[in-house]
Amino acid sequence: MKTTLVGEDVVVLSKKTRSTRRLQGRMTIVLFLLPALALFLIFLVYPIFQSVYYSLFNWKGFGPAVDFVGLDNFKRILTDQIFLKSVGHGLLIVVLSLSIQLPLALALALMMGRSLRGRAFFRTIFFMPYILSEVITGIMWMILYNPNPNRGFVNAILTLIPGIKAIPWLGNTSTVLMAIFIVLTWKFFGFYMLLYLAGLQNIPPEVEEAALIDGVNNRQMITHITIPLIGSTIRTSVYLSVLGSLQVFALVWIMTKGGPVNASEVMSTYMYRFSFVRFQLGYGSAVAIVMLLISLVFSLAYRRLVRQTDYLN
Amino acid sequence: MSVNYSYRSRTLKKNLPRIFQYIILSVAVVIVIIPIVMLIFGALKTRGEFMTRPYTLPIPPNWENFARVLKIPSFWSMLLNSFLVMLTTTSGVIIICSMAAFALSRLKFRGQDLIFNFLTLGLMFPITIAILPVYLMVRQIGLTDNLWGVILIQTSFQLSIGIVILCGFFKSVPSELQDAAYIDGCNAFGFFWRILLPLSRPALAAVASLTMVASWNDLLVPLVLLNSESLWTLPLGTMQFQGQYGVNLALIAAFVILSAVPAVIFYLFAERQIVSGLTAGAIKG
Repeated sequence: MKTTLVGEDVVVLSKKTRSTRRLQGRMTIVLFLLPALALFLIFLVYPIFQSVYYSLFNWKGFGPAVDFVGLDNFKRILTDQIFLKSVGHGLLIVVLSLSIQLPLALALALMMGRSLRGRAFFRTIFFMPYILSEVITGIMWMILYNPNPNRGFVNAILTLIPGIKAIPWLGNTSTVLMAIFIVLTWKFFGFYMLLYLAGLQNIPPEVEEAALIDGVNNRQMITHITIPLIGSTIRTSVYLSVLGSLQVFALVWIMTKGGPVNASEVMSTYMYRFSFVRFQLGYGSAVAIVMLLISLVFSLAYRRLVRQTDYLN
Repeated sequence: MSVNYSYRSRTLKKNLPRIFQYIILSVAVVIVIIPIVMLIFGALKTRGEFMTRPYTLPIPPNWENFARVLKIPSFWSMLLNSFLVMLTTTSGVIIICSMAAFALSRLKFRGQDLIFNFLTLGLMFPITIAILPVYLMVRQIGLTDNLWGVILIQTSFQLSIGIVILCGFFKSVPSELQDAAYIDGCNAFGFFWRILLPLSRPALAAVASLTMVASWNDLLVPLVLLNSESLWTLPLGTMQFQGQYGVNLALIAAFVILSAVPAVIFYLFAERQIVSGLTAGAIKG
């Protein structure tokens, strides 16, 4: 009798300590996660839901939103020529990035390989533009693009070629996007090159040595061995490049403000203009929601696709 | 003799692609550097020289533009504001991300994966896209025209990438260490503070460098939130300065260079951390 009592006592006691310990454990988890979750909910999740609400109103930003317009803002976005134009510009930047910027970065990374003498020097130089802010980059290139060849270096070089006249790069509707793309490439190719270099670093040297012994030449090595082996890095770079082109803002805003006549308008400058210059906050919210949806759909599709290829392999 | 010849031609054949590589890489170096060099040359000229002979070497160098910029009081206040924002944001990101990453990678609880996925949503919603919703929120709580508003937003939008990088690193720490620490009487916090954080210095440095660069260069958040000139950060101030002194290119060049100096110095000292932070973040995200 006595022993069982003691036994029960022990059981009760140990149950108690276990549950307090579990409680302590839970408290620890909550405390550790709380700051991140709080900031996230307050400054990311809540604002987005709030903007979904505002996007249904015609609202100038003062007082409560009362002029309910349903989905009219979204209808207006999808039929606005300038918005559609800005989507087109974004797509063009994506296509150019994937077909010129990333291959250029990959080619330079392959040239540097893993053991080229002076590799560290090249890396430091190529990555430098990424560190400079977009404001600095934008102002710098505005000076370089000056239409007068006695002021702007780009035109000074260009007019050295006989028969070619100076081009007002940023002032001409047909050249402005190309000019901006050149600056984007100058600034961001080093970042992608760095990704590829990291990917190359992860290829075990034995694989390439074995291929060399089998008599593989340089081109075969690159197309059949090196590039497939850094496939996941290349996929990542494509993802970042597409998402990055949605985020181009400061560079365009500094250099052209989306002009001339909307020729360099992108979605972010379009949204900024309607929200913070014209203060049509209901409409601006709707634009933000559309952009978020584009980003979300693309990200989910990418994840799906990548998981699939990984699964197949 | 013939052996010697074939040997020579073979080394030439082997070295030719290498020489070709160096030529291409050097051309790329020149293209990357020329814009920066032209800017420095421009800043070292008088306004007149900049107009009449913009491409020549600045001989003799004219330091007056730099002196003038350094005498502008708002330049110093912008520099100070940028530093304040950067340091506070970075400390916040490091503290908050390491705490969350610890719970998500070293403790076990129901819904862990769900919370991890939730906290990495930020990777899909970059601040450029979410700026208007965020502005409306900040205005509601009265933090516009306040550096705290900028700090809180920059911190919130840097959390996802930081958590991803740190979770990856924390998971690689062997669990035997955690067991040993518990046996020795450490609680969860003790393990986190005394063992995990000191071990994770490289990952913490990477996240810190990444955040510092992002915060230092950010234009959009200060542009949207800050009105008072006394609160402007360097990118915002540089943009306004360019608008104000648009004609005096030599002076603008000097301003731009001086505002880039801290970032460049930081880059040259912490290149390794920045590079590893960027690549880890990109590949794991």
